[in-house]
Amino acid sequence: MIRLVGSDLSCVRGGRQVFSRVGFTVCAGEALLVTGPNGAGKSSLLRLVAGLLQPQHGRLELEGGDLELTMAEQAHYLGHQDALKPSLSVGENLGFWTALLGGQRAKSDDALALVGLGGLAHLPAIYLSAGQRRRLAIARLIAVERPIWLLDEPTSVLDSAAQAMLADLIRAHLSGRGVALVASHGPIGVNGAKQLRLGRQADQGTESP
Amino acid sequence: MTALAALLARDLRLAVRVGGGALIGIVFFTLVVTLVPFAAGPNLPLLARLGPAILWLGALLASLLALDRLLAMDHEDGTLDLILTARVPLELAVAAKALAHWLTTGLPLVIVAPLLGVLLNLEPKATGTIALTLLAGTPALTFIGLIGAALTVALRRGGLLLTILVLPLTVPVLIFGVAASNAAIAGPVPFGTPFTILCALTLISIVIGPLAAAIALRQGLE
Repeated sequence: MIRLVGSDLSCVRGGRQVFSRVGFTVCAGEALLVTGPNGAGKSSLLRLVAGLLQPQHGRLELEGGDLELTMAEQAHYLGHQDALKPSLSVGENLGFWTALLGGQRAKSDDALALVGLGGLAHLPAIYLSAGQRRRLAIARLIAVERPIWLLDEPTSVLDSAAQAMLADLIRAHLSGRGVALVASHGPIGVNGAKQLRLGRQADQGTESP
Repeated sequence: MTALAALLARDLRLAVRVGGGALIGIVFFTLVVTLVPFAAGPNLPLLARLGPAILWLGALLASLLALDRLLAMDHEDGTLDLILTARVPLELAVAAKALAHWLTTGLPLVIVAPLLGVLLNLEPKATGTIALTLLAGTPALTFIGLIGAALTVALRRGGLLLTILVLPLTVPVLIFGVAASNAAIAGPVPFGTPFTILCALTLISIVIGPLAAAIALRQGLE
């Protein structure tokens, strides 16, 4: 059972206080939907958890995780950039991520099929559309198993079928005792997700149905 | 180890694909060296005397030219974020990237240097020696450049700043590289003395470069 707890977090970027005194708790099997207006610090919060930003103040703790690894090493960060190399093929891109992040090579083919790119493994990534690029980025979440998913507006370029697919994947991940933090402006199709609203009156995370 | 091997293999593959830029360095090096005889005139003894310096200058400039591809592209497309969440120390990850960079931009310079030596009226033995000093010295250029690349990674189009930052640090390598070549060709200093210092500079930069670059990248996380 893992539990991700952030308490009293403050973040400063470029001299500007993005958010302060933000706290949340996510237990295994739960999703936290991070909402708020543009500039409220949704992406910054996810980057804090991913270890890509340092909090100015506050604590982030992972209970029940692998003690040998840092939190970032147990997390998948899916940001706005897809980290694709246009001159490599779809399969090569995914194969590289899988090896880099410590997954099994065999799972990457299944992952490609699962996100609907099964027949495109040999296509150079430069020919992919924005939605297909995001699908490929999502494939690495499946190819490499990590308990924490940090998804930054994952649905922004996806069509409705892919949004449904992503919701299925998140539900499957949660039922496998993972946690997911999703920054999004809309619903993510996961029932019972906790909600954390960032913005002017940023406060404790509250439950929502 | 798989992660580092994957990083190395990917960077090698990217360098030889379309837009990878592995050949840019060689072309630039060749241009610099071929233009010198036109500029200096057909004075063969003069060319032979300047040969080591010209080859080293060309190699130095060609290495600097390629440096902004070392980390900037991975930063722009978000790959650096993934590397930071990989289960390998950042120091080793950037070292693997620097090694791949040297293999695709530094090593080709070493290989074409003997061919270009012909244009500068250098004896086969002299060009061989210069290639040897380049082999020992160009890794230092890449690993020193790694520090500059990490410091300027967040700046878009930071190539010129990177060059200005790195150039002064590479001066010792240039001095001892040319000194070792000249020592072997004309004497009177024994070849071993400057060559050993050149090797020491390379070893030091291979240790310090990745450490400093990793610190710079972590500091730059904002």
